[in-house]
Amino acid sequence: MTNLTDLGIKEIRDGVRAGSFSAREVAEAHIEQVSKAKALNAFLIETPDHAIAAADAADKAKAAGEELASLAGVPIGMKDLFCTEGVEARAASAILDGFTPTYESTVSGKLFAAGAGMLGKLNMDQFAMGSSNETSAFGNVVSPWRRNDGGNTDMSPGGSSGGSSAAVAARLCPGATGTDTGGSIRQPAAFTGISGIKPTYGRCSRWGIIAFASSLDQAGSMARDVTDCAIMLEAMAGYDPKDSTSLNAPVPNWEAGLNADLKGKRVGIPKEYRIDGTPAEINALWDQGAAWLKDAGAEIVEVSLPHTKYALPAYYIIAPAEASSNLARYDGVRYGHRELPDGAGLQDMYAETREAGFGAEVKRRIMIGTYVLSAGFYDAYYTQAQKVRTLIARDFEQVWQQCDVLLTPTAPSASFGLGEKSNDPIAMYLNDVFAVPASMAGLPAMSVPGGLDSQGLPLGLQIIGKELDEQGVLNAGLAIEQRAGFTARPEQWW
Amino acid sequence: MSVNEDDVRKMAVLARIAMPDEEIAGLVPELNNILHWVEQLGEVDVTGVEPMASVIHNKQRLRDDEINADPQTAGGVRDKVLANAPMAEHGFFGVPKVIE
Repeated sequence: MTNLTDLGIKEIRDGVRAGSFSAREVAEAHIEQVSKAKALNAFLIETPDHAIAAADAADKAKAAGEELASLAGVPIGMKDLFCTEGVEARAASAILDGFTPTYESTVSGKLFAAGAGMLGKLNMDQFAMGSSNETSAFGNVVSPWRRNDGGNTDMSPGGSSGGSSAAVAARLCPGATGTDTGGSIRQPAAFTGISGIKPTYGRCSRWGIIAFASSLDQAGSMARDVTDCAIMLEAMAGYDPKDSTSLNAPVPNWEAGLNADLKGKRVGIPKEYRIDGTPAEINALWDQGAAWLKDAGAEIVEVSLPHTKYALPAYYIIAPAEASSNLARYDGVRYGHRELPDGAGLQDMYAETREAGFGAEVKRRIMIGTYVLSAGFYDAYYTQAQKVRTLIARDFEQVWQQCDVLLTPTAPSASFGLGEKSNDPIAMYLNDVFAVPASMAGLPAMSVPGGLDSQGLPLGLQIIGKELDEQGVLNAGLAIEQRAGFTARPEQWW
Repeated sequence: MSVNEDDVRKMAVLARIAMPDEEIAGLVPELNNILHWVEQLGEVDVTGVEPMASVIHNKQRLRDDEINADPQTAGGVRDKVLANAPMAEHGFFGVPKVIE
């Protein structure tokens, strides 16, 4: 019999519809894998009852001859950044310990309405701040991948959506939610050999997603192929009046629109993404990716995005500035942890609560944000970064006159061992050098696996598209997927 | 620009984080490295460039002027609002005494 945990979202959906297996069987198979995978530390909370209830509802609807919803019978993982009614949501931070939302985020609610069941809440970098999943208050997530050197070094699943990437790559779930502020869906997808898409800013409602940097935060889907990403994203996206930055635009049927024939399309190769220090293997894969897209019918053109090198430093002003403001709400009054030493007054309680509850990277970013927003430094840092952001967005607007999508590597390295980069914040930030520019401009972008490096670790290719052109991004991703033939998967050691 | 321990201590006060001295001392070189790195933005010519606060072209929307239009954001849910409070009494959030 088919191993149900090897099936993707589309295969599960179609199999349940056809009656090849029951949704209950699918849910139980995944619940068992989740329960056996503690060594990965991908799940913070397991919610088997939720997955079973959704599966039973799908089976009941099927038995009654009803039409099944788009994700009926599909069990998924939910990043801990999403507020889930009745199930703890902590953003992997001690400061939200015990916080059990009394409401459902728009995106998780839409997924459940589409029939998906939740296997549990996925570990992540604390408040989505990190690129390796080493900043969670509940321990590192370990990638299911290992180097092919015969050693057993624990590898990073990327971050911040590292629980999501590890869980999908390890076949604990066929798809998972992620959020991407500056690469947090795409870099972990690349590190673990899966696909992940961040849609245009505003496609997915931010309502009920614990905020990091509100002008950049965007939810998206992570799955094992492009089609599954399209199906899941369709269920997540859509206008929400409760989010003032939600886009009031119809959600296309991205799955039906998938088409890997790129005749008449132009693919831009931005020369500024060829930076010193990128391993030759990554540049070679990038060239290979261009050849694949050419084979799919596209014309390849070299283009220029002159302000690329400034995107990352501008991001590390704007994101911490917004974070320092967003995270002011964690004060020990309304939810989560409260630290109240004997005789402490209100101000002491705030400061002690935040000292005890926030992790080191979160504090570092709050401090940077506080500094760049403080009187006397605001214009030199924050306003300057916002102006540079305008120029980065303008670069993209101009480049769309020469091409339809851009192709770049997703990250400047493959996965690295846990602990190998965590002592140098800037080295860690550089992981997102290729991912951040699209975030700054609010553009749709996805990572698809392209191959393995000499260590046996996955490498990803990134496609960046025009505003609202997720279809163009998915189609180019599909063209690469069909030619890369990426079938590698981690050998089960957990 | 660079920061010293006094600057970082002042920032910690502004950010309401009770950092012990050794944490302050540890942050000084880290923050200086990051600040030094982001200062490369100063070399970009931004003459006549407007700062960007939002990437979307939407105008800020106002909701309909209607009470409790959306049940998810409507009032009358005091107990839900207080459900996660570390301390709640008589329908209010509880905090330490602020008036001597």
